[in-house]
Amino acid sequence: MIPEIGHFALILALCLAIAQAVFPLAGSLNNTPSWVALARPLAWGQALFLGIAIGALTYSFLVNDFSVSYVAYNSNTRLPIVYKISAVWGAHEGSLLLWAFFLGAWGAAIAIFSRHLAREVVGRVLAVMGMINIGFLLFMLITSNPFERMFPIPAEGRDLNPLLQDPGLALHPPTLYLGYVGFSVAFGFAIAALIGGRLDASWARWSRPWTTVAWVWLTLGITIGSWWAYYELGWGGWWFWDPVENASFMPWLAGTALMHSLAVTEKRGAFRSWTVMLALLAFSLSLLGTFLVRSGVLTSVHAFAADPARGLFILIFLLVVVGGSLALYAWRAPTIFGGGRFDLISRESFLLGNNLLLTVLTFLILFGTLAPLIYDAMNWGKISVGFPWFNRMFLMVTPFLAILLGFGPLMHWKRTDGAALMRKLRIAAIVSIVIGLIGFWPAISNGSLLVPLGLFLAAWLVTSLVVSIRDRLKHKRGLGGFLSDFGSSGGRSYYGMVLGHLGVAMFILGATMVSNHGIEKDVRMAPGESAEISGYRFVFDGVTRTPGPNFIANRGKFRVFRGDDEITILEPEKRTYLVQQMPMTEAAIDWGLTRDLYVSLGEDLGGGDWSMRLYYKPFVRWIWLGGLFMAFGGILAVTDPRYRSLKRKKKQEAPAGAAAPASLATENN
Amino acid sequence: MKPRHKRLIFVAVAVVALGVAATLIITGLRSNVSYFFSPTEVLAGKHPKDAVFRIGGLVKEGSLKRIGKSLTVQFIVTDNAADVTTQYTGILPDLFQEGQGVVAKGRIGEDGIFQAEEVLAKHDEKYMPPEAQAALDEAAEAKKNKQQENLQ
Repeated sequence: MIPEIGHFALILALCLAIAQAVFPLAGSLNNTPSWVALARPLAWGQALFLGIAIGALTYSFLVNDFSVSYVAYNSNTRLPIVYKISAVWGAHEGSLLLWAFFLGAWGAAIAIFSRHLAREVVGRVLAVMGMINIGFLLFMLITSNPFERMFPIPAEGRDLNPLLQDPGLALHPPTLYLGYVGFSVAFGFAIAALIGGRLDASWARWSRPWTTVAWVWLTLGITIGSWWAYYELGWGGWWFWDPVENASFMPWLAGTALMHSLAVTEKRGAFRSWTVMLALLAFSLSLLGTFLVRSGVLTSVHAFAADPARGLFILIFLLVVVGGSLALYAWRAPTIFGGGRFDLISRESFLLGNNLLLTVLTFLILFGTLAPLIYDAMNWGKISVGFPWFNRMFLMVTPFLAILLGFGPLMHWKRTDGAALMRKLRIAAIVSIVIGLIGFWPAISNGSLLVPLGLFLAAWLVTSLVVSIRDRLKHKRGLGGFLSDFGSSGGRSYYGMVLGHLGVAMFILGATMVSNHGIEKDVRMAPGESAEISGYRFVFDGVTRTPGPNFIANRGKFRVFRGDDEITILEPEKRTYLVQQMPMTEAAIDWGLTRDLYVSLGEDLGGGDWSMRLYYKPFVRWIWLGGLFMAFGGILAVTDPRYRSLKRKKKQEAPAGAAAPASLATENN
Repeated sequence: MKPRHKRLIFVAVAVVALGVAATLIITGLRSNVSYFFSPTEVLAGKHPKDAVFRIGGLVKEGSLKRIGKSLTVQFIVTDNAADVTTQYTGILPDLFQEGQGVVAKGRIGEDGIFQAEEVLAKHDEKYMPPEAQAALDEAAEAKKNKQQENLQ
């Protein structure tokens, strides 16, 4: 009964999505306010029914309803309750449901937080989101219904993929999806603006917080995913340039460019067409990511057993969305060209540089990710593009990005006095060059030019930020001055930017250190033997068998010494999950701010000997700390009071604003 | 500077950036791409002799063994028509099993043994790397055609 309610709720949500796609948009075009007014209740209804659907599926998991085939394939009576809940989005059908639910939830969020927006705009944005959800709900109902029953009913479920039985998985997909789906809001705003021909500063101001929130979620999702892969896969790596990782990184890059471009459009009215393009791009890349994950067209560690019908459906959907939005863009964008003028040395042109670099990087990664498909389609052979290629491309672009990033915050809009800028940054440049030179020291560089480069860039980011803060607080004194600046309108945006850019510096430092100083050693050890890496001695005390709730573990014990001091005991496990009889490596990590020690068990070689992998990972935590800093920076920026004062202002203007015809906006151009 | 000049500079910068990027992509790709060959193709000598490439298929049942007291393992990758003996030193991924699909990257040594640098892992035991599947399908197809020819 409950699964049928869920199924029925999905169908109702689809009906509402169709209504939401049609009426508000049509109403906004033929001046029928009553149709436009349907947008908010429809968005509410959609979120409600999708909530019921996901609730029904969660319930089916909790009561072990194995007549639902999705539950039977992904759960088991012995699966711990937490993982029964996270199993809801652990496989194809459920993750789609989560996607659709989040889309509904974002729609409802717009309905709540858009009181200050013109009604037609809200109507159009929600209409676009309705169209997207039609695609996803149809996809789900036609090819991947999570509520499908099976007969005969199995007595026991097949259990959740053991890799996914981990707190990291409980968090990673939802955060990532919130980000992916969140870009649909920016997309909706962009499409609405294209339809209305209204691409002015206020449009940018509306979409900015939404874009930033989506970006924050995506940043968190990628960070958690990287961290999860690091400790759960047992390979000690934090990024593999896997097609699916790239699929999350590309919208992130486009989204980062979009955030910065929106700032220019809001403040200066420039780059309008470009900003719209980025909004279309960010969401299209999110969809492409979903396509890559769900269709199984690429060899990827994330790929699931594939069904060609699904791939085809998403591909068609992708083509409709991308093609449709590009066509609309081609038709409407030229009318909204223009904007403020600016000099070569100005914040605008540096942000444009940042945008160009981010976009180039996005397309490089896109090319590398899709190259195997292109080669295959052209009959040039079956290829895979190696890790080193992506690394090289990444390193080719990002140093320039980091250098620009140091200048950006100190630049003025419109024009900046180059000589004054140089004077301000002189000390920062000297300090960071000196730090970079110190990086050439053999003990630090470890023979790689990347270490001095990385240290220089990280130092440049930090020192230039310090200069920027000092410049900003020039006329304020002490902590009180800082606090009053922090609380002022635009203050949190600024300090959010500082945090975000600091995060980039931390990421650079972490990635540089772990890539060039990390040590990895595969060894064979008998109980009592020891191995040493980077001054740490690992003494192997053998392996014992320990039962877990739904697995049996071989638990190894290592005592780790530095000199004569025992600093920690590490107990990595090799688990065999009972239902799927699937082996799993559970690494043991002693973490610290300056280094991780990491042990994972290989296999039993007989006679008490085991193969195992030992890692020394300096500064690896800084990579994820950097991600967290970026996310916090985003949150700080969104909570800036200036967005709230904007709402208040809008409310006062509301009677006049609502009546203002679209032609007012076109006058701006 | 006139706005038109400025736009011109921006466009020039963008064009140069794109040109540089394109050059880098192509030169970089050449040395970092690895092609896929099925065991049948490897046996027919179609694989590159001095470059890294990938093979894939099934790990032949009963072929997995360990060499001495080292971390080196040996197994046979098969597409049910041809076998390629493969060696790998290191720790195999969790889901590596006899009878399961596998993709490995490496090169063929003088002795005709494929020395794998990397054995691809997968996340899901149901998952079959598409290339390995294609290799098996092609070999099966070839076998069927041959049988039909023999019958005729």
